[in-house]
Amino acid sequence: MGTIQPKVAEPAGDELALVHAAKAGDIGAFEQLVRRYDRNVFRIAQHITQNREDAEDVVQDAFLKAYQNLGNFQEQSKFYTWLVRIAVNEALMRLRRRRPERMVSLDEDIKTEEDSMPREVADWAPNPEQLYTQGELKEILGKTIQGLPPSFRTVFVLRDVEGLSTEETADALDLSIPAVKSRLLRARLQLRERLSKYFKNRTGGDGKK
Amino acid sequence: MTCSDFLKELTDYLDDSMDAQTRAELEDHLQWCHNCYVVCNTTKMTIEIYRDSHLYELPDDLRGRLRAAILSKCKGHEGPCT
Repeated sequence: MGTIQPKVAEPAGDELALVHAAKAGDIGAFEQLVRRYDRNVFRIAQHITQNREDAEDVVQDAFLKAYQNLGNFQEQSKFYTWLVRIAVNEALMRLRRRRPERMVSLDEDIKTEEDSMPREVADWAPNPEQLYTQGELKEILGKTIQGLPPSFRTVFVLRDVEGLSTEETADALDLSIPAVKSRLLRARLQLRERLSKYFKNRTGGDGKK
Repeated sequence: MTCSDFLKELTDYLDDSMDAQTRAELEDHLQWCHNCYVVCNTTKMTIEIYRDSHLYELPDDLRGRLRAAILSKCKGHEGPCT
């Protein structure tokens, strides 16, 4: 069985030059960095906050904060990883504001092993995404990921949607590598379980040999 | 190897970040355990569907407005603190 191939390309070689120019006050260079990563930041923000207006605010605030704090960027990580860390913090702050009744933290851990144990083991249709229209599929995927705890959702989005490495995800979220791996496994298994009801093969069979 | 052992290694298996021997043991388990085969395969599909879904794409008009707002705010500040 094949493995998952990362989709994110290495940053272009000019990135560090753009960062240096922006640090020196070149707003045009900073604009190029915004163009390069605004879509990613928006996606991450929308995934975490699950709210369009909040996501728009996060994009603005994260880039403004990045601009103001460029001098503190030590260049030990990629600019993008540093930017993601800022964006995630902004997004979590918005989420906490919107849901003050629920403590939102990346440190929240897993209650039991049970929550991720597979219960549904029916195989899926060969091209499950083709069972639905594009609009229906987006609704299913959005609704499903929304049901995950924010700490799982955030790790899944950075690692599997945005293609950050495990180390970069740990760095951006200030988590240990085992903590990232544990949350990622649980997020993947919970999403799989929930999607099974939409995507399982309906042509018969109970999924057992 | 039990199914529970397999599950613990699933993330590293899908990410191809394990040594050859562990990988061979997992693949041996997949040969005869249909349930783990299905869980592994559908987890991989889950990741690929989300990755390719283009969920929450930034529309061009909103993108332009956000960029204008960001640059206007940046210009209103003193610039990067060094």
